[in-house]
Amino acid sequence: MPLSRRVEFFGGVKATLPLIVGAIPFGIIFGTLAESSGLSAWGAMAMSLVVFAGSSQFIALGLLAAGAALPIIILTTFVVNLRHLLYAANLVPKVKHLPLRWRVLMAFGLTDETFAAVSNRFLQPIGITTAHWFYLGSFVAMYGNWVICTFVGIVLGGLFPDMTEWGLDFAMSVTFIGMVVPYLTNRPMWGAVIVAGAMAVATAFMPHKLGLMVAAICGITTGFP
Amino acid sequence: MNEVALILGMFLVTFSVRFVLFAVAGKVHFPVWLNQALGFVPPAVLTAIILPAVLMPEGEIWFSWQNPWLLAGVFAAIVALVRKDLMTTIVAGMACFLVLRFFVL
Repeated sequence: MPLSRRVEFFGGVKATLPLIVGAIPFGIIFGTLAESSGLSAWGAMAMSLVVFAGSSQFIALGLLAAGAALPIIILTTFVVNLRHLLYAANLVPKVKHLPLRWRVLMAFGLTDETFAAVSNRFLQPIGITTAHWFYLGSFVAMYGNWVICTFVGIVLGGLFPDMTEWGLDFAMSVTFIGMVVPYLTNRPMWGAVIVAGAMAVATAFMPHKLGLMVAAICGITTGFP
Repeated sequence: MNEVALILGMFLVTFSVRFVLFAVAGKVHFPVWLNQALGFVPPAVLTAIILPAVLMPEGEIWFSWQNPWLLAGVFAAIVALVRKDLMTTIVAGMACFLVLRFFVL
């Protein structure tokens, strides 16, 4: 690997480390919850390896535990992940010159955390030709961490069955708080965030987490002039 | 539940959403207003995930100083505003939550 690519790759890993701190408890909790929700240890491991979508995997566990049918779980996953469409739209101008195999890999690795980690990098005009190696570093770090933490969670869940009551899912909230606050630099952004948050609580009764999309759209239309 | 079908189905819908715009990259042009609107997407979506998680951690609205999710969330937001450093925010917020949940409230 030429030096510039290596620097970019490890730059991506480094930019993702703070987000991994938040993702560690999240991944572990997913692993601990799996068996009690009705997903086998192998199923939980395969889901983290193949689907690689933290919040949808949690919601899927909740629906499994509630005895939901397979089409409902898949439809919910689709709705919850629609936000990635909007992340992808933001990234398209930065990736459209890349070969298809790169775009496939980057799409698979598109998470809230990697989007947050690479956004600053892609805003810089320098080194456009190597910036995708930065993305790759962020993806490899997130993916490796997610898979390892799922495994650790499955093992810990067998050892300490009451771990799921500890409230460690707060790690996801605190990570997202740290990601949102830097956006709050002007009035439209404050408006968007306040409306999205209030609407999310008001629509929490809606089935299949549909309130999330409703709240996000209300927030976006508030901020947008 | 057929776990193979579940995982494959979840993979297909997740990957499709992530890949569709990358697949047609460059062939679809977004107007300026859409690009501006997309700038509001990440904070709006993330806040819509955060607020119910801290304000209704056990399913019902719990607006009280005895709610450790809410207190630690507010504390983390203040730390983020003052320090502007993600690692500090996550470590401080998580420490605050664990202390409140297991030693104070």
